[in-house]
Amino acid sequence: MSQVFVFCEFSNGKLKKGSTELLSAAKTAGKKITALVIGPGAKDIASQTGEYGASTCFVCDDEKLKSYHPLAFAQIASQTIKDSGCNIFLATASMMAKDLFPRVAAQLETGIASDCTDLSFSGDDLIIKKPLYAGKCKAQVQFNNSPVKMVLMRPNQLPVNTPVAGASVEMKILSTPDFDSRMTVKEVSVGNSDKVDLTEANIIVSGGRGMKEAQNFDLLNQLADTLGATVGASRAVADAGWVPHSMQVGQTGKTVAPSLYIACGISGAIQHLAGMSGSKVIVAINTDKDAPIFSKATYGVVGDLFDVVPKLTEEFKAALN
Amino acid sequence: MRIFVCIKQVPDTETKIKLMPDGSGIDEGGVKWIMNPYDEFAVEEALKLKQTAGDATVTVISVGPKKRVADALRTAMAMGADDGIVIDCENSLDSFTTAKALAAAIKKEPACDFVFSGKLAIDDNAGSVSQYLAEFLEIPHVTVVSGFEASSGKYVVTREVEGGTKEIFELTGPAVVAANKGLNTPRYASLPGIMKAKKKPLSELNLSDLGLSSSDAKVSFTNFELPPEKPPVKFIDGDPAAQAKELVRLLKDEAKVL
Repeated sequence: MSQVFVFCEFSNGKLKKGSTELLSAAKTAGKKITALVIGPGAKDIASQTGEYGASTCFVCDDEKLKSYHPLAFAQIASQTIKDSGCNIFLATASMMAKDLFPRVAAQLETGIASDCTDLSFSGDDLIIKKPLYAGKCKAQVQFNNSPVKMVLMRPNQLPVNTPVAGASVEMKILSTPDFDSRMTVKEVSVGNSDKVDLTEANIIVSGGRGMKEAQNFDLLNQLADTLGATVGASRAVADAGWVPHSMQVGQTGKTVAPSLYIACGISGAIQHLAGMSGSKVIVAINTDKDAPIFSKATYGVVGDLFDVVPKLTEEFKAALN
Repeated sequence: MRIFVCIKQVPDTETKIKLMPDGSGIDEGGVKWIMNPYDEFAVEEALKLKQTAGDATVTVISVGPKKRVADALRTAMAMGADDGIVIDCENSLDSFTTAKALAAAIKKEPACDFVFSGKLAIDDNAGSVSQYLAEFLEIPHVTVVSGFEASSGKYVVTREVEGGTKEIFELTGPAVVAANKGLNTPRYASLPGIMKAKKKPLSELNLSDLGLSSSDAKVSFTNFELPPEKPPVKFIDGDPAAQAKELVRLLKDEAKVL
């Protein structure tokens, strides 16, 4: 039977949703699952991996691993994956995983596919698809000469099972390797946002040039707060310095795939559409009924966002209470 | 000091992608090729490091069909890179083989003090070559880099992750640094720069020179498909209050996303 290895991430003492999606997919397919959790507090996460189907959970729980160190993390992951004997590896395509696992793939002399959007199991094999050419097409990923098929999945693509309370899991403790001194973590400056990151967000409210000036993003912040959404922006707005680059959605910004994307005053340049066309439901609010954004939108509102957005915030407040 | 910049040639963002009738790949006829946008940040940062370092050479290196990839290398040389290496092969290779080829070509050179690349190429969106390459060269890597400072053999490198959080690393020697947008503003190739670039040395290698073959690939793509046609947008009429009310109803009852 093929054995699936899932790298799990957590925050605030809870498994991240993306990790629960991957554990659920492997569990539903009836696979034997080995999990790996790295970082201070990892021990408390092991039982959660069990609730989603892992039979073994490796933990490397050490204050020294509070910050991501690519070489140390790669050493832990490579060794554990190798020892587990798995032939399929899954992780969420987080910023850490996208940096870390290609290096691990190099150490294991194997192939990796990043930013995948479709995953299903077919007997001992798996079927993986990923968007190419900025989402203009999709293709199936084939692994050749790869002892471990390594797949990084975008979050919010797969269903999550109901956790089985009290499910047993064997916890195996790993020791922390010595850190490679050629590279040290000098500082980690935590961002001021307490919101879910754009790449993981389930709802995104995004603003473009139609916002007219930086302070008008307050309107979007209010709407986002009502919805528990994260605020994004178009390239024009990021380049103008109204918002930091970290908020940019699109080809040279972040690729997002929320359930709901609300585009306010965004015309929809190809490079923006490339970053958000994977959203399940797209709402566009724009004064120009011919704006390209409407070609991708599920629902279109032709109107002035300064009139529509505040009304929308009120309506959402009423609907969600 | 010897600085390498790995670049890739990719279809222009604005290019319409057409598929081969059998779904085996994209139809490259009519594709306009450009230097991968993130690689421009890599070239710029290498040129800036050369300025700080004083005595330094910037070599741009790329893997792909020589007849077109040479254009991207000339563009980088027009920006100011000193010379180029093209690893000629019929098609683009997967990340693993690309990195093997780059590593083998770099190891053939007398020295390698630093490597820059883009954080990902906008065609296969893999973002893996830099890390594979760093491992094959046995040096550290930092990807998605938005800040870079060099002083006396030490490098302070800033990488931006989720939620605007910044991870700042200090490196004591050679590394592969993969550039993100925001790292710098790439210079334009000037007309004299373009003229000069035509005379700069461009050496050529092929995969067999490096002991490699395109059949070494670990990952390939099949069954290409275009995204499904979206049903046309549903426009919501009325005054703003009515539009807002109807939109929320649709999101709740029809789309069921609330």
